Amino acid sequence: MIHNKDTIPQRPAPKGTIGPIAWLRGNLFNGPVNSIFTLLGLYVLYLLVVPTIQWAFIDADWVGSSREDCSRAGACWVFINARFSQFMYGLYPSSEYWRPNIVFAMFAAIIAWMVIPRLPFKRWVALLALLVFPVIAYVLLHGGYFDLPRVSTHRWGGLMLTLLLATVGMVGALPIGIVLALGRRSNMPIVKTFCVIFIEFWRGVPLITILFMASVMLPLFLPSEISVDRLVRALIGLTLFQSAYMAEVIRGGLQAIPKGQDEAAAALGMTYWKRMGLIVMPQALKMMIPGIVNTFISLFKDTTLVMIIGLFDLLGIVQAALSDSNWLGFSLEGYVFAAFVFWIFCFSMSRYSQYLERKLNTGHQR
Amino acid sequence: MTQAATNASDLMVEMRNVNKWYGDFHVLRDIYLEVKRGERIVVCGPSGSGKSTLIRCINHLEEHQKGEIVVGGIPLTQDVKRIEQIRRSVGMVFQHFNLFPHLTVLENCCIAPMWVQKKPRKEAEALAMEYLERVRIAEQATKYPGQLSGGQQQRVAIARSLCMHPDVMLFDEPTSALDPEMIKEVLDVMVELAEEGMTMICVTHEMGFAKKVADRVIFMDQGQIIEENAPEPFFNNPQSERTQLFLSQILGH
Amino acid sequence: MSVRPNIRPVGHKPPFWRDRAKRALIFQIILVAVVAAFLAYIIHNTQANLNARGITTGFGFLSNTAGFGIVQSLIDYSSQSSYGRTFVVGLINTLLVGGLGVIAASIIGFTVGIARLSPNWLIARLANAYIETFRNIPVLLQIFFWYFAVLRTLPGARDSMAFGEAFFLNVRGLYLPQPLFESGFGLIPATFVVAIIASIALIIWNRRRHEATGKRLPAGLISLVIIFGLPLLVLIATGVPVTWEMPELRGFNFRGGITIIPEFLALWLALSIYTASFIAEIVRSGIQAIPHGQTEAAQALSLPRKLVLRLVVIPQAMRVIIPPLTSQYLNLIKNSSLATAIGYPDLVSVFAGTTLNQTGQAIEVIAMTMAVYLVISLLVSMFMNWFNARVALVER
Repeated sequence: MIHNKDTIPQRPAPKGTIGPIAWLRGNLFNGPVNSIFTLLGLYVLYLLVVPTIQWAFIDADWVGSSREDCSRAGACWVFINARFSQFMYGLYPSSEYWRPNIVFAMFAAIIAWMVIPRLPFKRWVALLALLVFPVIAYVLLHGGYFDLPRVSTHRWGGLMLTLLLATVGMVGALPIGIVLALGRRSNMPIVKTFCVIFIEFWRGVPLITILFMASVMLPLFLPSEISVDRLVRALIGLTLFQSAYMAEVIRGGLQAIPKGQDEAAAALGMTYWKRMGLIVMPQALKMMIPGIVNTFISLFKDTTLVMIIGLFDLLGIVQAALSDSNWLGFSLEGYVFAAFVFWIFCFSMSRYSQYLERKLNTGHQR
Repeated sequence: MTQAATNASDLMVEMRNVNKWYGDFHVLRDIYLEVKRGERIVVCGPSGSGKSTLIRCINHLEEHQKGEIVVGGIPLTQDVKRIEQIRRSVGMVFQHFNLFPHLTVLENCCIAPMWVQKKPRKEAEALAMEYLERVRIAEQATKYPGQLSGGQQQRVAIARSLCMHPDVMLFDEPTSALDPEMIKEVLDVMVELAEEGMTMICVTHEMGFAKKVADRVIFMDQGQIIEENAPEPFFNNPQSERTQLFLSQILGH
Repeated sequence: MSVRPNIRPVGHKPPFWRDRAKRALIFQIILVAVVAAFLAYIIHNTQANLNARGITTGFGFLSNTAGFGIVQSLIDYSSQSSYGRTFVVGLINTLLVGGLGVIAASIIGFTVGIARLSPNWLIARLANAYIETFRNIPVLLQIFFWYFAVLRTLPGARDSMAFGEAFFLNVRGLYLPQPLFESGFGLIPATFVVAIIASIALIIWNRRRHEATGKRLPAGLISLVIIFGLPLLVLIATGVPVTWEMPELRGFNFRGGITIIPEFLALWLALSIYTASFIAEIVRSGIQAIPHGQTEAAQALSLPRKLVLRLVVIPQAMRVIIPPLTSQYLNLIKNSSLATAIGYPDLVSVFAGTTLNQTGQAIEVIAMTMAVYLVISLLVSMFMNWFNARVALVER
């Protein structure tokens, strides 16, 4: 029989099992193979980082107004500086920049409100964002009302256009996606077949063929007296494309809701639409948000394709600026800038979606 | 110690002054434990007391930082070959069964004999069927684990371990993930195993099982062994306050 | 109602708008009617528009002479060839860049994905940096980067970057030596085939032997040696019946050898690197999806590390990995259509681009192009369904 009366006190771990040296030994130099990998990794890092910093910062030119100001070996950020407002607004008249700026600010405020968990009235803000904001944004950007001079859509461009294409495509795709997803789960054979064909068709073809179709075939489909704006054509293509992907995300979310929820609602005497609208959808939507954010990231990147049908989104306007004879030879700077902007947006969105996923998972994990 | 170890070869598991830390957290503190061949030990204690960690150190699923562990006369070191050698003689049953879902029940039992002991398939299958029959589940041999109930899965897991002819069996809370009506079928198998003379170390809260088969009951708290005794005095006359409290909590209703 | 759902109460017939079955039927009839009307409207407008522009529909244009050249073609093609031939050339070029892209993306993706899980902190971080960088930049931008910022700024032919005296890289592309096979060379592919058959036989024999006796040879290693060693031996024994045609600078350009055009290189690099970042993430999450208990159980059974991976982790991880992996392959093939932005002659570029512009047969051309991608998608998803049904874990 043993009976230990005394509590053995907590002691620190022996030296060499914790602390920075132990960490180094455990994570970087455990065994000869790993040590070689570590050294190799350090070498690769050195090869990548040093010239990049040299080019982008140390040897770079920052201030000036023309290419003559770029005399050093590194990057010529003067080019970006000189073209910055074009990269943001396209060919939008510079006297009217305040209009997109207000829209940008409102957009940022709405996003911030939706993303920051503490803020209240999320539902109402979302409703306002979906119903009122588009109208304000359209009136401000397009003009023609309240003495605002008209700015036709072919002058829109840059980051503004990229954001516009992505958000409109997304918001337009959401309701279509919901209908398609419900249709695909329906037990009416014809409805189900229609939805499956529709979804699989748009998912099966490359976006570029859809954009070609929208720009070439859409005018053929409509009576000759109706002409559709080039931007609207691209938006229709993007929305249809996106709605198919959205439908699949929504279907996944609906499948994750236990059948018991629907059964319980039915047992309370609810009709199909009440069951969907009050019980199933609110729960499913929460689970779908990470998936929706992920498809939005794809869409955001895919908007670059509109330059192929002649719209000047961020990449399109950068590409156009690169062929300006005053600024030939700065393609690296142009692409690095555009890549940086896209990266910031996509990376922060993907981090947000990972955060949401973690938050959702806490309920299920042990 | 109850008795001084009579003969070194009689000892299946020896742990001397074993200490383990997770980062800064001291999970095992000065553990001394000797298990003789054929002995049945039950380890109990509140959750987080280090009892699972203790038995997982024996087959090196967890690494101890200080002290000495000897299994079947082989000291446990960092040597991979030696770790594998020790694991061959130590069977383990997990709380969540951990059957391989992509293999049938029979394949689950054959995988180690075929790949580690290099037995022909026929021989491995015959052996597996023998053990599956002993845990009364032979008729399910061609099914996949996902098609079985929890109790059935746990019995398969026991058979899977037995197929390696282990010298010691470790049980890590084998019944705590099971529905009440399935606990008995697993415990019955474990009792039979004990009666056949298998050396066993069981982390469990099944006190009925402990009373019935254990040679010694060990109570752990905060990473140390608080009390160790034969079941009868352990349950009827616990020495430590903490043991008394623990027993009153799990037997109290 | 749940007890005997098929028997309706006698004497009670609800009005048709409250009868579930009838309601569904009516709804579907209305849906069909609406879709049909919509299609009819579109077809009517299209016909009117085509008539107004004087375009005749039909696939007759496929046999007309195309009249334009294509910079890269694996089959015989000249500007005298027909539009039908153009279609085939474009399709082959799409499949070429798609196939090679899938191979490269898989190699990079699996390597990076496994590196991401490396116990080596630095390697895991580097892999993570690769993933986070490349998957968050639009692939079109990456194509442009490789094409305009890297390959288009290379020196001209006279100042080519030379790797040995055999490989040359300049603004017009990558020049490689071309093997010219002499008469005895046929023996080497033949040996190669024999070696593969022998290896398969060895692996089957080894498996049977393992089942029968429990013993086994390292058959994978032996097979590798046979497959590469045997043809090499024959190659040396026959006195290396290959000569290499080296690319040579003649005037302003290289002649001879194999030319890989920069458009192909840019597209291939960008697609592989971009898709690899997604594949790496799929591989990582696939391996991490396997509960740690599986590894522990296998270790507790004393399986050595290599066998834990081979028998327990990889077979389960592949079930998780393969479905999203195939959809990434599909994405890569669909993204290869961005070729049109840099002028690589893929299907969309030469057919939905040049051919459409020259003939104006928008409907036929776009329908054919979309059909190609749809058929590829359909074949892949049929494979996926088959695969999922085969490997699905059996549950209660």
